[in-house]
Amino acid sequence: MPTISFDHVTKRYIDGFEALRDASFSVETGEFACLVGHSGAGKTTALKLIAAIERATTGVVIVNGQNVSALRPAAVPYLRRNLGLVFQEQKLLHDRTAFENAMFPLLVCGQSPREGARRVRAALDKVGLRDRESAMPITLSGGEQQRLCIARAVVNRPSILIADEPTANLDVESAAEIMEIFRSFHQVGVTVLVATHDAALVERFATRVVRLHHGRIVQS
Amino acid sequence: MITWLRHHIHSLASTVRRLVSAPGATALNVIAIAIALALPLGAWVSLKNVERLGGHVTGNPQLSVFLAIDATSADTARVEAALGQAFAVRRVRFVSKDTALTEMKRSEAIGEIAATLGANPLPDAFVVELKSSDLDAAERLATELRTLPKVALVQLDAVWIKRLAALLRLASLAIGILAALLGVGMVAVTFNTIRLQILTQRDEIELARLIGATDAYIRRPYVYQGALVGLISALVAFALVAGSVHVLNAEIAQLAATYGSEFRLRLPPYGDSLAMVVFSGTLGWVGAYLSVSKHLARIEPR
Repeated sequence: MPTISFDHVTKRYIDGFEALRDASFSVETGEFACLVGHSGAGKTTALKLIAAIERATTGVVIVNGQNVSALRPAAVPYLRRNLGLVFQEQKLLHDRTAFENAMFPLLVCGQSPREGARRVRAALDKVGLRDRESAMPITLSGGEQQRLCIARAVVNRPSILIADEPTANLDVESAAEIMEIFRSFHQVGVTVLVATHDAALVERFATRVVRLHHGRIVQS
Repeated sequence: MITWLRHHIHSLASTVRRLVSAPGATALNVIAIAIALALPLGAWVSLKNVERLGGHVTGNPQLSVFLAIDATSADTARVEAALGQAFAVRRVRFVSKDTALTEMKRSEAIGEIAATLGANPLPDAFVVELKSSDLDAAERLATELRTLPKVALVQLDAVWIKRLAALLRLASLAIGILAALLGVGMVAVTFNTIRLQILTQRDEIELARLIGATDAYIRRPYVYQGALVGLISALVAFALVAGSVHVLNAEIAQLAATYGSEFRLRLPPYGDSLAMVVFSGTLGWVGAYLSVSKHLARIEPR
């Protein structure tokens, strides 16, 4: 059964621009899939539809068995708690330490401080930032900041990890490190969906490729 | 249940941290609201004390019944009998025209003038003490007495009490209007403070939404902030008024002593004070809730 499924999905923005056109694809549980395409192909829109940041104009988006297109607004937060989201622009809180940034999703879920701290340290350890937990984000390198974002995304133990251009603005070595981290989560059963335009990384890490071109699926 | 409680404890703790982390802004905000609250509170305390003072001075109203100059002893007896039968009357004291003149001559202010008078121009009179402070009953009795023969003038000595009561009602209404206006002002100030807070924390709110925070979770710290600032401001307002009362009482004690009185200004009872603090906290809560509800809807993840 697919964890993520797009069925004839079209997304038209208010200005009339169609970011996705009749797109259908699915990602099976435990897959490491890459959404590939040029800038403006519709990769980010597809990820936003999965996280219910945007709603499909037509068609159906299913995530973890839930029809996201028909989800009540009050149910959206609970959908997102089961998704690990890594954003291109990182969205770190710069007035808090690495530890506090990674702790943020657990506070939202009402996790106990003791269990929360244990999970945060485990997540920071997993991404190689255990010894930087007291550091402020501004003092971290680009690669470290992206790894902190991954720690924040996985601390809630989501079944799906979604990343939008996580290696953009990173050097080749740091980009490979980030993808290795994604692969380590994939190896323990997490479904990973990464939007990227880096063909080399896709070839090296992806078990499945979904290619977009001007909003249409050209390879699935 | 534990998660719910944990959310509230976390929200309260983060609210306190936020207020403490910006002591200057918090203090200014609290002082502005406290002064706005201290105005009606001070006026209300003054009003209650004036009412108390009025109650001390007035007692029950009195009627002065002056007879005509040519009233005979039979006329006097008839009026006295009528007063004796009136239900509202507690005590009647007869002041004859001779007694009145003697008392007038003893007066330091007009004694010399009275001594120069040829004939006694004063009438016989009755001073009537009433059973209750019911001014309507007193006026009804005065109207009845005016109809008796040889009654020249009936004077209700409590007219000024009526005026004082009217003035107190007017002052009470004015304080109510002032309190309502400042209450609306307090809601508006809280609304704007929270709006600015939301704008400065827009990124954090956006992130919270992306990682699965509910609206209630995001709203809670702001609502706590409004309520806390309201409560603290009310306590500061109360302290300002209490300090003012303490300072004024030192002077009032000296003034009251010259009248042989021990009158002092009093603060409102604990129940009323507590109600005011809770009400202020509620106004802060309302202002914050309105603000966060309005502005949160505009912040959606991008």
